[in-house]
Amino acid sequence: MGTPTTQRTIKLEVFRYRPEEEDEPTFQTYEVPYREDWVVLDALNHIKDTVDGTLSYRWSCRMGVCGSCGMMVNGYPKLTCAAFLRDYYPNAIRVEPLVNFPVERDLVINMDDFMRKLKAVKPWIIRKKEQPLAEGEYRQTPAELAQYKQFSMCINCMLCYSACPVVGREEGFIGPAVLALGQRYNLDSRDQGRAQRQETIFGHEGIWECTFVGECSTVCPKDVDPAGAIQMAKVQGAMEYMKTLLPWGQRS
Amino acid sequence: MSAHTVPNPLPHSKGGRTHEPFWWSLFSAGGVVAAFVMPVLIFLTGLAGAFGWGAAQEAFTYDHIANLISNPLIKIFLFVCVSLPLFHCAHRIRHSLVDVGLGGIKTPLAVVSYLSAAVLTVFCAFVLLRI
Ligand code: SF4
Ligand code: FES
Repeated sequence: MGTPTTQRTIKLEVFRYRPEEEDEPTFQTYEVPYREDWVVLDALNHIKDTVDGTLSYRWSCRMGVCGSCGMMVNGYPKLTCAAFLRDYYPNAIRVEPLVNFPVERDLVINMDDFMRKLKAVKPWIIRKKEQPLAEGEYRQTPAELAQYKQFSMCINCMLCYSACPVVGREEGFIGPAVLALGQRYNLDSRDQGRAQRQETIFGHEGIWECTFVGECSTVCPKDVDPAGAIQMAKVQGAMEYMKTLLPWGQRS
Repeated sequence: MSAHTVPNPLPHSKGGRTHEPFWWSLFSAGGVVAAFVMPVLIFLTGLAGAFGWGAAQEAFTYDHIANLISNPLIKIFLFVCVSLPLFHCAHRIRHSLVDVGLGGIKTPLAVVSYLSAAVLTVFCAFVLLRI
């Protein structure tokens, strides 16, 4: 690729996997113009638009909201729309699909398992009985909102699933974001669905699998602190368990 | 009518109740002791007592300490200080061994870890009762 000498460039080593063409993934190196204000996603878009239209990856909002552009950037889970080239320049940047997920094609991962787990925690407000519309909305004080607000900021980017070693070795583990989201609804004063989430959050594959590595909270671009949510849930779960041991306690 | 009545879509691989909260409670209680009480004890016995700093010079005579430990409340205190961190360590070691790739022998790991802590706990009680 002939680039003018005045134009600074940076190399991207991109993970390629086209299952109909190759059995094993390979790396392909692209040299792209270096711009101070470009993020890795801009570089990928440049490749796709001008160099190699076969490259596949997900993205949408370009502003850290949609959660679809997560990839491994130099081995670290990142939103590529928030990973600036200038933080890596002049070194090459290695771009790979998020780890701990099956790869569908190039940088696109298969998230079926994540979606299944997400659904299992029933991330919506559950009411024993919906009140009639005429009675108006369910109201909440700022203090009640503060209980769960942080956990509601999750954009389902799955970076925390790539960062978590337990997700990597325990297929069934519900995982950080989904557990945090379960807490988000359990802590919501309008919600009455805790019992329905009990098995998913407090069962064998839920919070107790977590060994408090804490990487999920480190990589989270939204400061959700899933590790904190899980520890909170463990305290709750332990108290409930202890209550069941009391002679007058209820075994569920 | 609520539209939110989808059944739990996860296959329940392991049914029944988990006893993990029990071990986790010992782990976290042991962590609290190890983090807050241990440093104080180490400072008092390992530094102040050992080097005879200030008032520790008189406090750490044999007679004084023997007298102190014969108090049942102090025995309970020492028992808690030893046994809870033992379970803390057992839990941590068990999970760390799984983390470094021994996931295939999870149950034996758990048994050996907690059993060691239990044996040492009994030993600690035995020693304290004999004083
Ligand atoms: S908790 Fe954070 S890292 Fe995990 S999916 Fe949500 S936003 Fe992403
Ligand atoms: S493109 Fe939407 S979060 Fe990056």
